[in-house]
Amino acid sequence: MKRNFLSFVKKESLHILRDKRTMLVVMFIPIVLMILFGFAISTEVNNINIAVVAPNRTDGVTDAVNRLAANEYFTFKGYINQDEIDIQLRSGKVGAVVIFTPDYDKRVAQIFGGLPSTPAIQLIVDASNVNIAGAATAYLQSVLLGTASQQSMFETRMLFNPQMKSAYNFVPGLMGLIFILVCAMMTSVSIVREKEVGTMEVLLVSPVRPVKIIFAKMIPYFVISCIVLTIILLLAHFLLDVPMSGGIGGIVTISLIYLALSLSLGLFISTITSTQVAALLISAVVLMMPILMFSGLLFPIENLPKFFQVVSNIVPARWYIDATRKLMIQGVSILAVWKECIILIGMTIMLLVVSLKKFNDKLE
Amino acid sequence: MYAVEINSLSKSFGKTKALDSVTFAVERGELFGLIGPDGAGKTTLFRLLTTLLNPDNGSATIDGFDIVKDYHTIRSRVGYMPGRFSLYPDLTVEENLNFFAALFGVTVEESYDLIAPIYSHIEPFRTRRAGKLSGGMKQKLALSCALIHRPSVLFLDEPTTGVDAVSRCEFWDMLSELKTKGITILASTPYMDEASRCDRIALCDKGHILDINTPQDIVNKYDSNLYAINADNMFNLLEASRKATGVIECYPFGESHHLVTNEEFDLNHYKEELGDFKNLTITPTAPTIEDMFIKLMKR
Amino acid sequence: MSDIVISVHNLTKRFGNFTAVDHITFDVQRGEIFGFLGANGAGKTTAMRMLCGLSYPTSGSGNVAGFDIMHEGEQIKRHIGYMSQRFSLYNELTVSENINLFAGIYGLSKKETTKRATQLLERLNLHSERNTLVKSLPLGWKQKLSFSIATIHNPEVVFLDEPTGGVDPVTRRQFWEMIYETANNGTTIFVTTHYMDEAEYCSRVSIMVDGEIRALDTPTNLKQKFNAMTMDDVFRTLARGAKRGE
Repeated sequence: MKRNFLSFVKKESLHILRDKRTMLVVMFIPIVLMILFGFAISTEVNNINIAVVAPNRTDGVTDAVNRLAANEYFTFKGYINQDEIDIQLRSGKVGAVVIFTPDYDKRVAQIFGGLPSTPAIQLIVDASNVNIAGAATAYLQSVLLGTASQQSMFETRMLFNPQMKSAYNFVPGLMGLIFILVCAMMTSVSIVREKEVGTMEVLLVSPVRPVKIIFAKMIPYFVISCIVLTIILLLAHFLLDVPMSGGIGGIVTISLIYLALSLSLGLFISTITSTQVAALLISAVVLMMPILMFSGLLFPIENLPKFFQVVSNIVPARWYIDATRKLMIQGVSILAVWKECIILIGMTIMLLVVSLKKFNDKLE
Repeated sequence: MYAVEINSLSKSFGKTKALDSVTFAVERGELFGLIGPDGAGKTTLFRLLTTLLNPDNGSATIDGFDIVKDYHTIRSRVGYMPGRFSLYPDLTVEENLNFFAALFGVTVEESYDLIAPIYSHIEPFRTRRAGKLSGGMKQKLALSCALIHRPSVLFLDEPTTGVDAVSRCEFWDMLSELKTKGITILASTPYMDEASRCDRIALCDKGHILDINTPQDIVNKYDSNLYAINADNMFNLLEASRKATGVIECYPFGESHHLVTNEEFDLNHYKEELGDFKNLTITPTAPTIEDMFIKLMKR
Repeated sequence: MSDIVISVHNLTKRFGNFTAVDHITFDVQRGEIFGFLGANGAGKTTAMRMLCGLSYPTSGSGNVAGFDIMHEGEQIKRHIGYMSQRFSLYNELTVSENINLFAGIYGLSKKETTKRATQLLERLNLHSERNTLVKSLPLGWKQKLSFSIATIHNPEVVFLDEPTGGVDPVTRRQFWEMIYETANNGTTIFVTTHYMDEAEYCSRVSIMVDGEIRALDTPTNLKQKFNAMTMDDVFRTLARGAKRGE
């Protein structure tokens, strides 16, 4: 019987290989998403153009401007007049304008001397992108305070991700999304296709237990997922400089568990749908939406309303993403994420049991 | 022992009675036809017999095995060709055949002698994708796949639907040849004219069996007089005939209308009643399966 | 208006090197039930598309309902009806909604639509079912309804594509009666099919093989000419020689 199992795997691989377009999509989507999220769609502050209004260019002012210009996040575009501020911001030539008061030096001295004073600097920031505006303001303040920071009440140190690179956040989230797409969606669609085309009827009227055929179906998708996993890890490490300080072993282990979970999810979806469109929709809406919303990919779970925080507990991707973040960025070992591992394994077993029970070798 | 034995088998889907207490038996080596329109219950009956569905009531056996209890044994003994195109369109002819052979744990070589008369027609195209084959060739490939494990009973659900007349004829020729190798065949069709190709037929409608017999005996039982009538204005002829004395019914039948009459009917009187029709011809004609089917349905 | 409703002369359609329809010539009279037969791939569909104004011929000429198929495709579409087994009605709409939709598509006025809809429902005895979803009607009723809807704008010609596949013999006869009645009222019926038992109901049939019309006559004459019992035999004699498949 081993021989026919292999021929089922072969048949399934042929289906995938013949469908070149889907293959390309499956291989390209991870790469495109990685590059998009890694570079283009980023909440990092990079190269913000800054203009300065300074009626008196005293030493104090030029010192502060020099510090700005030297910072890698900002590009100093030059001095402008008060009446140009609006045009510069509106035209998008600059993202922020720094206005030094005429008596800047005096006010700074008063502030440092602990005397009451009015602000010495005004920041006007283009807030059409709130995230960037917020980050830019924070950076500007810290840079401009520069010398004053020794006197500040807080000292902040960013651990693990000192440059606040958003790629570190997105890579685990993307992995959570992509594996669901490749495994769950593709397996469910390919099983349901047999129902829709009518070949399932013939498969059922054969001595082979259909479960065997279905496991044979999962193997090629598992292999594809492993290739995708490799691509993502390579891209993450070499292109996006994600540290992977916890060692590759832990990341791969938890990813394999998650792959198994995704395949079981695909199987489960195929037992409750009978058309390819329905399988696609369920995978897209019921799986993708919660991953985007409740897994911490786009919004931190802590910021969600209480109700959704509870909901997020049943989203498998949430646990996977949590664990991968810890492994990749904090550099902890697999032992530190035992809880997530057990939850994921538990979910896999539950899904498998339910779908195998639901999977009928009759038509009703 | 009968190859297929069915005992008051019933199956409902919701409120619809797809199959209502059907009983009949099929001899070993018989070519048995289930003739009836869409909704007659043919597909449901096939799905019950191939163990894809469980009956609500009644029982059935294939080669003596019960369709509920021994369904696993039955699955390795029967061949099944569902109504829809049941091959993988993205796999080649050869890959499809190999896959179905593997499914039943056999090799193509082992069964080659059985499928050769059919498969040889499509073998020249063995590297072509199944989806690119013509209707007739798809049908031959599907039949080859259904035969690959040398089944003892073959179920063919509307195998000739959507296939042109030439391929349909060839297909029935192949079935006759398979019969000589001892395979019991149950085939369903909505086309009355294919009935004559079967040893015995069951006429079915709305989940009931109207009659079971050899095609010849079925028409022999027709007990009314039947005429074929023609005239230039066929539509008016139809309406006028229905009003005539002794006419049970009149319906279009191909180029002519068929006139079913009782003992009150008198040819001369009928002509008088019709009045003026150009090129009127009235000839006694032999009933067909279709005439019988209409009669049974009206009952 | 002349009594020839469809007239086709040397109509040809090529796709690259492939000649799908090869110089076909025929006329169809008003009120005729014309059977247009051919095996899969013989060129039936291509020819019918040209007649309906959906595609242009490579060469040759044709006239449908008084309009030229080369230049007046839009006019043709307004004067013909079309019904196919596969697609005709929207299953998710009710009987009335379907009627109103197609009346709208054919540009009937509101008053006209109401009048026709009432007539139609009465004739089919469907008045009590007018708010029923089409998908829950029996197949036979659906066919009768879609034929009635295809003729709601009193077209010159109705094209029927395999209209009666799969229905029981009694319903099938009711359907042909409707067709006879419509033809009797002066509408021309053009039936394409590869089921020969449908062909026997036509007043004249043409048989296409490899893009050409190989035979055109009444079913009786064809059977006589080919010394055959049924149209099936006639068709097989002609189509056996076919060179191309689907």
